Amino acid sequence: MPLIKGDRIAEDPWITVGDEEVLPEGAPAIVSLARWRAERDTLAGRNAPLGIRLRADQPPGEIAAELDRFQVIALEFPSFGDGRAYSYARLLRARHGYRGELRAVGQVLRDQALFMRRCGFDAFEVAAGTGVAGWREALGEISVFYQPAEDGRPAAHGLRRNGNAATPTPAADAVHDEDLGPSSPERDLSTERLGNDGYR
Amino acid sequence: MYRYDEFDRTLVRERVAQFRGQVARRLSGELSEDEFRPLRLMNGLYLQLHAYMLRVAIPYGTFSARQMRALADIARRYDKGYGHFTTRQNIQYNWPRLDQVPDLLNELAEVEMHALQTSGNCIRNVTADHYAGVAAEEIEDPRIYAELIRQWSSLHPEFSFLPRKFKIAVTGTPHDRAAVKVHDIGLHMCRNEAGEPGFEVLVGGGLGRSPFVAKTIRGFLPKHHLLSYLEAILRVYNQLGRRDNKYKARLKILVHELGAEAFTELVEAEWAELKDGPVELPAEEIARIESYFAAPPYETLTGEALEAQNREFEVRRFEDRDFARWLRSNVAAHKAPGYAIANISLKPEGGVPGDISADQMDAVAELAERFGFGEIRASHQQNLLFPDVKLADLYALWQALGRHGLASPNIGLVADIIACPGMDYCSLATARSIPIAQAIGERFADPARQHAIGELGIKISGCINACGHHHVGQIGILGVDKKGEEFYQITLGGAADENATLGKIVGPAFGYDQVVDAVETIVDTYLDVRAGGETFNQTLARVGFAPFKEKLYAAH
Repeated sequence: MPLIKGDRIAEDPWITVGDEEVLPEGAPAIVSLARWRAERDTLAGRNAPLGIRLRADQPPGEIAAELDRFQVIALEFPSFGDGRAYSYARLLRARHGYRGELRAVGQVLRDQALFMRRCGFDAFEVAAGTGVAGWREALGEISVFYQPAEDGRPAAHGLRRNGNAATPTPAADAVHDEDLGPSSPERDLSTERLGNDGYR
Repeated sequence: MYRYDEFDRTLVRERVAQFRGQVARRLSGELSEDEFRPLRLMNGLYLQLHAYMLRVAIPYGTFSARQMRALADIARRYDKGYGHFTTRQNIQYNWPRLDQVPDLLNELAEVEMHALQTSGNCIRNVTADHYAGVAAEEIEDPRIYAELIRQWSSLHPEFSFLPRKFKIAVTGTPHDRAAVKVHDIGLHMCRNEAGEPGFEVLVGGGLGRSPFVAKTIRGFLPKHHLLSYLEAILRVYNQLGRRDNKYKARLKILVHELGAEAFTELVEAEWAELKDGPVELPAEEIARIESYFAAPPYETLTGEALEAQNREFEVRRFEDRDFARWLRSNVAAHKAPGYAIANISLKPEGGVPGDISADQMDAVAELAERFGFGEIRASHQQNLLFPDVKLADLYALWQALGRHGLASPNIGLVADIIACPGMDYCSLATARSIPIAQAIGERFADPARQHAIGELGIKISGCINACGHHHVGQIGILGVDKKGEEFYQITLGGAADENATLGKIVGPAFGYDQVVDAVETIVDTYLDVRAGGETFNQTLARVGFAPFKEKLYAAH
């Protein structure tokens, strides 16, 4: 599965390891919650980065006390319409202070991209053949947000209070080269923070 | 009335462009119908029996003459010259072509309207008391909060893929006209002991296959905490609401299965974390929105001028019995002296409840400008109203409405029927509802008879999904299919106001040809046994079902 990070297909060094499979020697591995629970000591003692994959019925509260163990948390979207992981992502970022990679896996389509990013996802496992251009376009389709979320973008009421005008709609071809944000200065800041450094 | 600023305009424009792209991807085959379905639903576009249906939002039922003219124009160009007002203060068009929908949405955007979240498993267009701002006993105008909710819920990144649709209603008066107890979240304004305004928060109401009256989970919520509390409720629901069975996915089922107390604990725990956080409304923002809903510049008549106006009005009322009858049923008291609320019935004899022609829409727009500061409201009873009409103008307004077939004197009466589209339009329906509504309207066509019966709400649904709200009709009619034949189950005693109750089935169902007779028998029985000024439900509470059953089934 191709992995999109920032505005491009990224190298994916992570191997998602099935519960019956042997852990790869010295390579970054993503395991299930069940395996983490069963083999916590072995996994923690491993000399390679560790990630965990949570099903849609496994809220992140289950691992809240152990978040520093994981460099990647992958949240599953079993279907387009199953929106539980949007809440999980926000909880991980805002409530539990998780700053590592938050990866959307499962059914991940461009029409969810903006919602996912706003909820705190910064990596997306998409179906083979997903065009990066379409993905970028989807992220630039909406520039006004009525509610604060986890992407650091100001909500409209805050901008109104500060007397800012709405930023003009970015044309699809004006998308900044380095990231997925439109080209206004404040937007660049927030997306850089998102794409490169994880979360504040 | 709320006016878009640059932010609102930009968002709606971008959303139209986004949807145009989604339609193009569907038409090119890039998106399958399965993939396109949730996308079009989030923009109010359904696939019905014969064609697409587009549902346009009229947030909290308030709109302008200018917007009405645009709706008329859309009815002519994209529909067959009609629009259909719904039970959620929206308007539907039944015949738009998919490739034309983006252009239609653009026209809406021109007049600050949209179809955002009028369907799909998201927070739906928020509804409010249709007498908001003009009802005498109002604590605060509920539209202030409805507009804040509209904005907060629009393209909410966390709550756009809920287990099921989610409906919020707000009311600002002790008497609830917004049916808040049959919504996923009902917000009923109240005051605390210190006299500060806030909300009683109710959850888990709803009709459909498993009807429930909402339960109070918080007696008083300070108004500036509104959004954090809503976010807490939605977050609990988004995580725990059932996703294995769409018929058990509404909030009402979660509240029922967990119990209201356990659900409240979860919400309160979540709220403790969100309270005073970034989603909280700053006072300036509440004040900014509030300023849009300031009352229009009422003319204050005094002394002789006021007396002269009242005298002329009284003379008209005395001399013209038809006018007097219309006043009695269609005109309601207004908070400002010298003004009235004028209801416009969309339930003419033989008509389709809620239907309005493009020409009538234009007429309503023109009359709103002439007599009502250009403001129009849509009620959840599928009628319209002008909230601010001078008493002195009522006669001229009534005459003008009459010329357009819009002066039926039947608001709240037996012919003011709520009906879903039924099998004539809807692919879910198992029976017809519109022809039943029409036949009942014809049976009780005589306005004098309707007025003698008094207030009586009949509600008709063409299937168990209950879009016609039959559970809360004083007389509820549910169409069902029995081996390919339409039958109608009748319930009595429902109510959707502050005393919300679900009606109870009176007995075996009636065939298509018997149901109108059955309704007439029920009404006649009520007239026989009612004492003094009793309402239907008061009579029913006193005498029980026995007299009705006896009359309905004695011959069988």
